[in-house]
Amino acid sequence: MLRKLSLTALAAALVASGAAFAQEDHGEEGESHSAAGDHSAYIENYSFSFEGPFGSYDEDQLLRGLQVYTEVCSACHGLRYVPIRTLSDEGGPNMPEDQVRAYIEQNGLEVWDPALRDYRPATPNDNFPMSSLANAPDLSLMAKARVGGADYIASLLTHYTGEEMEQAGSIYYENETYGGYLAMQPPLSDGYVEFQDGSPNDLHHAAQDVAAFLMWAAEPHMMARKAMGFTAVLMLGLLSVLLYLTNKRIWAPIKARVKDQTPAE
Amino acid sequence: MSGIPHDHYEPNTRAEKWLHNRLPVVSLLYDTLMIPTPKNLNWMWIWGIVLVFCLVLQIATGIVLVMHYTPQVDMAFASVEHIMRDVNAGWAIRYVHANGASLFFIAVYFHIFRGLYYGSYKAPREVTWIIGMLIYILMMGTAFMGYVLPWGQMSFWGATVITGLFGAIPLIGESIQTWLLGGPAVDNATLNRFLSLHYLLPFVIFGLVLVHVWAFHTTGNNNPTGVEVRRTSRKEADADTLPFWPYFVIKDLFALAVVLTAFFAVVGFMPNYLGHPDNYIEANPLATPAHIVPEWYFLPFYAILRAFTNDVWIVIITSWITGGIVDAKFFGVVAMFGAILVMALAPWLDTSRVRSGRYRPMFKWWFWLLVVDFVVLTYAGAQPAEGIWPAVSLIGAAYWFAYFLVILPILGIVEKPLPEPQTIEQDFIDHYGHKDDGAATGATASNPAE
Repeated sequence: MLRKLSLTALAAALVASGAAFAQEDHGEEGESHSAAGDHSAYIENYSFSFEGPFGSYDEDQLLRGLQVYTEVCSACHGLRYVPIRTLSDEGGPNMPEDQVRAYIEQNGLEVWDPALRDYRPATPNDNFPMSSLANAPDLSLMAKARVGGADYIASLLTHYTGEEMEQAGSIYYENETYGGYLAMQPPLSDGYVEFQDGSPNDLHHAAQDVAAFLMWAAEPHMMARKAMGFTAVLMLGLLSVLLYLTNKRIWAPIKARVKDQTPAE
Repeated sequence: MSGIPHDHYEPNTRAEKWLHNRLPVVSLLYDTLMIPTPKNLNWMWIWGIVLVFCLVLQIATGIVLVMHYTPQVDMAFASVEHIMRDVNAGWAIRYVHANGASLFFIAVYFHIFRGLYYGSYKAPREVTWIIGMLIYILMMGTAFMGYVLPWGQMSFWGATVITGLFGAIPLIGESIQTWLLGGPAVDNATLNRFLSLHYLLPFVIFGLVLVHVWAFHTTGNNNPTGVEVRRTSRKEADADTLPFWPYFVIKDLFALAVVLTAFFAVVGFMPNYLGHPDNYIEANPLATPAHIVPEWYFLPFYAILRAFTNDVWIVIITSWITGGIVDAKFFGVVAMFGAILVMALAPWLDTSRVRSGRYRPMFKWWFWLLVVDFVVLTYAGAQPAEGIWPAVSLIGAAYWFAYFLVILPILGIVEKPLPEPQTIEQDFIDHYGHKDDGAATGATASNPAE
């Protein structure tokens, strides 16, 4: 009877690996979209280039997302865990190093230096600055810290209802994805950011670009990870086949001997 | 070992003899590796190797992680991000370690339920079973403390909830809780001692694993029929068994390779699937997450913990009898630990003389119901405690206890077992002997049992 179970277990293991392929990067996107947190009223399912085991980051999109982050988000939010130098990493935005330096200079990035007890200009080896607004969460890991991941971020930016509410002197803005009112006013709108390459800059495109950038910020080694996954699965699959054949061969004489004997007296 | 007649190591060269007279280590290795193993073991007997592999994997990856980790409340979360971003292949090591814990528990649950089905816990293997249960409890402690180390929201609040359970013990609970935490709340002292213990316990587990293996090498393996290997003559023993090397080593390695293929697919393509998004938010003692959920492998017992609320009659009665000393919270804690305790007592609760569930027609049904119960409890443990879920958890918890405390003792008396095969050899012949040539080349013929 347990043979069925053991076969099932084996099959389940295979299905799991298959599912991992099919499930794609829902790990990145958090868990299942229907999983009901209190903050996941509505999450649109976007199609990102990095989804799936074959998916990869779109360098141009990451650069556009960086621009949106720099011009809009960074006014309040930080990326305190992301080293600026990683902008030139392969499998990420892949920015030339001199451009990274220029980026720091153009935007006047400064970091707190405990030794100087003062702010100083950032170098590529520093991390991005922290949030400048106390109640603006750091965005380094946002794409892994919400159910829905990058979909959640893009949805949040695009699903304001327009309703406002005043409480204790502050204005709160209703958002379908957040599932209530939040302190952040709608940060993006159509045409708010101008892309150099002339890419569409309507609200939905800009939101997806910055969501993709934040996915990279949260999981900078995703490309290397998927490559490792493929190598591991292929090599272990090959090893499984070899061991299966070895096992079969070793047991063959034992089973052959049994065949000559009479079954169940 | 094991009292099964077999070849023993003979030192041949002078060097071997020299060493053997001083330290018979080669002999020990030889006897361990060549131990006679029932030839009808099926694929459910592969999880032991998977578990040994998991232990080694977790220790190896853990030792590297600790080189880059900082156990300090202001730096722990950042140091994990440092591992994920800056350390060479740090992301791979951490994802393997985090998902390795899940693989460890998947394997241990298969291993435990295999033991429950085939009666591996029955005489003379009670000590093996008890040691196994101790290993399982230590695994849970280790996994729980490991989950606290990244110092995310679930780390912090999970630690707060679970250590709070000890606070539910009447009279001395609060002192115990403070002693465990090293202070009034989860803080730096807690983080430091959890790292210390998280590093220590795997080595204790390693020691217990050796004892676990020693114990069943003394009694010999159980097998799918539950019929003992014949020990009266060498010829009979040889007909029932095969040496562990190479027959079972290669078979187990094949199974391990298949399991690892699935494992690395998860690590490579969905490494955060089994984790909780909230643990990517740094611990904040001032913000409680909406739902505090433990890791999936604790969920069945978490469901049992939460099942016993104030409105359950057995809780009301217990509370009334003890004058309120045993409240719902303490009752739940006792139930959770009791659920593991009754499982550990299975060797003495099961009254049937027949070992293997294969020859127990009534037992089978109850056993599979227990498996379903376990899955349902896992699911219920992940749901918010509202709607139908408290009731489902309560029924699930009730069945868990009923299985061990009522069903196992009674079944042994009322059940009429089916005839067992005379010998393991007979079982093996029944399985492989009457295959016609067509079927024998089929996929099932490669299964060395069942």
